[in-house]
Amino acid sequence: MADVTAPNSAVLVQSNRSSLHKLMQRKSTIAFLMALPLILLIAILVVYPAGYAIWLSMLNKSMSKFVGFGNFEFLFKRQTFWDVVFQSCLFAITAVIFKAMIGFVVAHFVHNIPSKGQRKWRGMLLVPWVIPPAMSTLAWLWLFDPSYSAFNWILAHFGIGPVPWLGEAGWARFAVILVNIWAGAPFFMIMYLAALKSVPDQLYEAAAIDGAAWWQRIWYVTLPMMRNIIAITALFSLIVTFANFDITRVLTSGGPLTATHLFATWAFKVGIESGDIPLGATVSLFMVPILAVAAAFILRDINKRGSEV
Amino acid sequence: MADAAVTAAAPVRPAHYGSMSRDRRWAMRWSYFFLVLFAIFFLTPPLYMLLTSLKTSAEISAATNPWWVFAPTLENYVALLTKNEFLVFFRNSALVSVCVVTVTMVISVLAAFSLARMKFWGSATLATGVFLTYLVPDTLLFIPLFKMFAWFRDLTGIELINHWWTMIILYPTLSVPFATWIMIGYFASIPKELDEAALIDGAGWFQTLTKIFIPVAMPGIIAAMIFSFTVSWAQFLYPLAFTTSSSELLLPVGIVTTLIKGDVFNWGQIMTGALLGAAPPLIIYAFLMDYYVAGLTAGATKG
Repeated sequence: MADVTAPNSAVLVQSNRSSLHKLMQRKSTIAFLMALPLILLIAILVVYPAGYAIWLSMLNKSMSKFVGFGNFEFLFKRQTFWDVVFQSCLFAITAVIFKAMIGFVVAHFVHNIPSKGQRKWRGMLLVPWVIPPAMSTLAWLWLFDPSYSAFNWILAHFGIGPVPWLGEAGWARFAVILVNIWAGAPFFMIMYLAALKSVPDQLYEAAAIDGAAWWQRIWYVTLPMMRNIIAITALFSLIVTFANFDITRVLTSGGPLTATHLFATWAFKVGIESGDIPLGATVSLFMVPILAVAAAFILRDINKRGSEV
Repeated sequence: MADAAVTAAAPVRPAHYGSMSRDRRWAMRWSYFFLVLFAIFFLTPPLYMLLTSLKTSAEISAATNPWWVFAPTLENYVALLTKNEFLVFFRNSALVSVCVVTVTMVISVLAAFSLARMKFWGSATLATGVFLTYLVPDTLLFIPLFKMFAWFRDLTGIELINHWWTMIILYPTLSVPFATWIMIGYFASIPKELDEAALIDGAGWFQTLTKIFIPVAMPGIIAAMIFSFTVSWAQFLYPLAFTTSSSELLLPVGIVTTLIKGDVFNWGQIMTGALLGAAPPLIIYAFLMDYYVAGLTAGATKG
């Protein structure tokens, strides 16, 4: 590429009007070539499969016949599908709300302590985010083990009977959400901590002089200043949580029965394990509307942020 | 910067505002109290992993206190690290991660330079598109990809399913968009005068990139490298969907599928495997925490 650009500098010296025009063309050509690997990668392995999923969803099981919206109609008639819709929404909304709250609270606590200790605490609290989720979920699976659960061992000391963590629909949903909160809250913490640091101290001093209580400082100073980051982080996490696969797959595989299936795990079960690729593609496509809405909001917030700065 | 100002002001305050410093001291005590509680919540699973990995099978199934190791042993580690199968998983994962990091950095640095500085028709749209691609989850793409691979095999005779190196092709779709996004932010923050000076001195675009942009944006490059390593090491869905035979598995999937055999759970080995699987990202994180955090927060703060 260096030898391609070398003649350009020679052209620049000549400062000929028409060759300058050529140079501009050349510059954009080089730029395009440099971005080409990225364009190809996205086109072949992201955009094409995404479009292909729509086509697949309109075929029958053996992929030999076009059935239009047949797969969608089939899904709408199945109770399991509506259970999965409900579980996915419950899972994503509950987990994101708790992750955001825990992240906000923990970020405040870290921000409150002297700055020389902050690094150490931040480092410790971010550990769940660093461990590959499939690996940490194995630890949770072991902690929730039906016969050797270490949590039940503690609870037994308080006279609370063995909790069927993963064996009963309600508890299993609780467990899956809990693990997701555990793994995701540190991300919120780190984002909010970065945002907290960017709030000017003068604002708090002014609020303190005006006699604001701690909750008023949070409500009238911190929250408005962090609004954008809170929104972007929550929306981003909503996408990731809604499309979550690892945690549910390792912890319950969607069980007991189908009580903890999310779109992703159910699509995997239907599409890969049961071999009905079109139906699996149809299931996974139901994630698109929510993802698209969240993505549109994120984009708006990021652009707004870009124009503010 | 802001917290430095807080601590600088803190020692001065007690003399002037007694009540305020008392409030602050109490706030601090409560902060520590809750931080300890949250640290317990966040660190229990990894610590329990470590505890279990040091136990014998007999101790795991005994009715003793599960939160303590009475007879610590390294036999689980020895058993796993001498098992050929496990070492193959580790090698596959390491090779895939190294290749993915390399591929990701080449693609994303070139693309980010072109999008941030050179511009071409549609480059602004492409930059937005890159960010949107980052939001497309793997769970949406694995089924069509599965079908595309079968179609590719029929066309060229190259089998992509059930090969660990297929992941080198797939993982960049997860790492490149965000890495490019980070790099665009870093490159855009480099003053224009710097590359104009280089151009005047006769440097070509490629030289400007290698001699100026890459050295100046090194922190961003390290952050992007850490990000792509973490993503490719932790990725679970693609290898689970596309590989089956035990010589082709990657570490996370290998541990989950081969160590859990039917109803027989060898928990000592599973926890050891999980801990060893979590070790590389944890070690990198321990040494390069600031870059890690910079990469994490770069997504929403736009450089």
